[in-house]
Amino acid sequence: MLVLAGTYPSLNCPLLTGVYELRGTNIFLKDFKLEINRGTTALAATALLVCKELGLDAPYLCLAGDIGRGEGTHRVYSFLQKELAKLAPRVITFHYLLPDVDWQYKLFWAIEELPTKPFLIADAGHMYAAKMSGLAGKYDLFTPDLGELAFLADEKAPHPFYTRGFILHQEEERETLLKRSYAHNNASTFMLVKGREDLVVERGVIRSKIDAPCVEALEAIGGTGDTLTGLVSALIYAGFDVPGAMELAAKVNRVAGAKTNPSPATQIETIIQKIPEALKEVKNA
Amino acid sequence: MKWLKFFNLFSSSKKTPKQDKGLFLFANTSEVIAAEKVLKEAGYKFKVVGPPPAVRKGCDLALEVLVVESLGCKNLLLKKQIEPLDFLVLDAEEELLQPVDLFKVVDFGDYFMVRAANMKISVEKKSGRIVNVSGGGCPDVPYLASLLIGKTLKEAPNPRECGHTLCGYALGLAFEEMQKRCLF
Repeated sequence: MLVLAGTYPSLNCPLLTGVYELRGTNIFLKDFKLEINRGTTALAATALLVCKELGLDAPYLCLAGDIGRGEGTHRVYSFLQKELAKLAPRVITFHYLLPDVDWQYKLFWAIEELPTKPFLIADAGHMYAAKMSGLAGKYDLFTPDLGELAFLADEKAPHPFYTRGFILHQEEERETLLKRSYAHNNASTFMLVKGREDLVVERGVIRSKIDAPCVEALEAIGGTGDTLTGLVSALIYAGFDVPGAMELAAKVNRVAGAKTNPSPATQIETIIQKIPEALKEVKNA
Repeated sequence: MKWLKFFNLFSSSKKTPKQDKGLFLFANTSEVIAAEKVLKEAGYKFKVVGPPPAVRKGCDLALEVLVVESLGCKNLLLKKQIEPLDFLVLDAEEELLQPVDLFKVVDFGDYFMVRAANMKISVEKKSGRIVNVSGGGCPDVPYLASLLIGKTLKEAPNPRECGHTLCGYALGLAFEEMQKRCLF
């Protein structure tokens, strides 16, 4: 099972768990209709489309309403702590969750008790907490952008907001940042670093770089990181070797974006609709 | 007990001139943002900083003030129903983390994008309308995006006032920088 854990930006959304459907620009889970225009639902919509395209069972979504105060995050963590053994996930992706070191440990202890360790992917807030708790090295894959890579490289920073040095996060600093993040054990085994060139990294070594198609406007569009994480999660779940999945995900994300001929005003749901077409195209290339 | 520490600090004979600053700690970032507003309006000197490692919870800010002004600050905050969790006098050697304070501006022709720390906001130049919010990892980012996108810089709420995390705070800085660039 592919388990996706995150939050939804509404106070009216209770803890929702289960297999979901995608219709148009909405996810349907239990009796709730959720927009896919940003965050965990954008990731979930993408992962579902990829799973369908590859003939896999649909992912299992676990999310709760959270507007930044942590209530939904705690519901999600609490549920997973109790239910992980029953879910028996093969891949888990943690996403927009309020960084909370205590919960990070509690959840990790629950994961360690599973008979088979799932492949662990962390993005967004959960990745921040993984680093801050000193557990980064236990994760299989992080998906940082350049600013987040600078944060992972700074052994003292508890959040990207406090990252010392490397403030402008220049592309040419990437190798130094990677070395520092691995040297301080603040990196996962694999890292997919998002930027003008996406980097496929394994244990500190850059395995490949993906730079085409290069569409400048994608940097401004909220959710392009979420779709990338959704893509790589589903591709790893599908059984692709990890660097291969990372490379394919980065290419598909770029092609899907380019297909919309985007401007900084393009919204992520428009790009999500192009994922199946882009996946076919890149796989067949 | 925590408040006892707050009052005891004024009788400490060990305090050196270097230990002239202290930190107010709060339960969450929203309270820091509210406290910052109150202290700023009252004209107090303060800095927003990262708390020392031993008291960090994950996504937090603290306010550094002069020890001599801490009682006045505390009374004012309590009057405004903002209750700090604790007040710590800083060790002279303590290195506090400073928020990222540089902005990067990208000109996309019809649009500007401003980045502050890990947050980005994009605005259509002609209309001043916010068209996208990207970056960040805390759960208020999608929430703030839903409040901001489609509104003009004049209409939109300041993310610092409705956000709850450091990502929300950083988005607020980017928003204010964009306002300076587009409205003034």
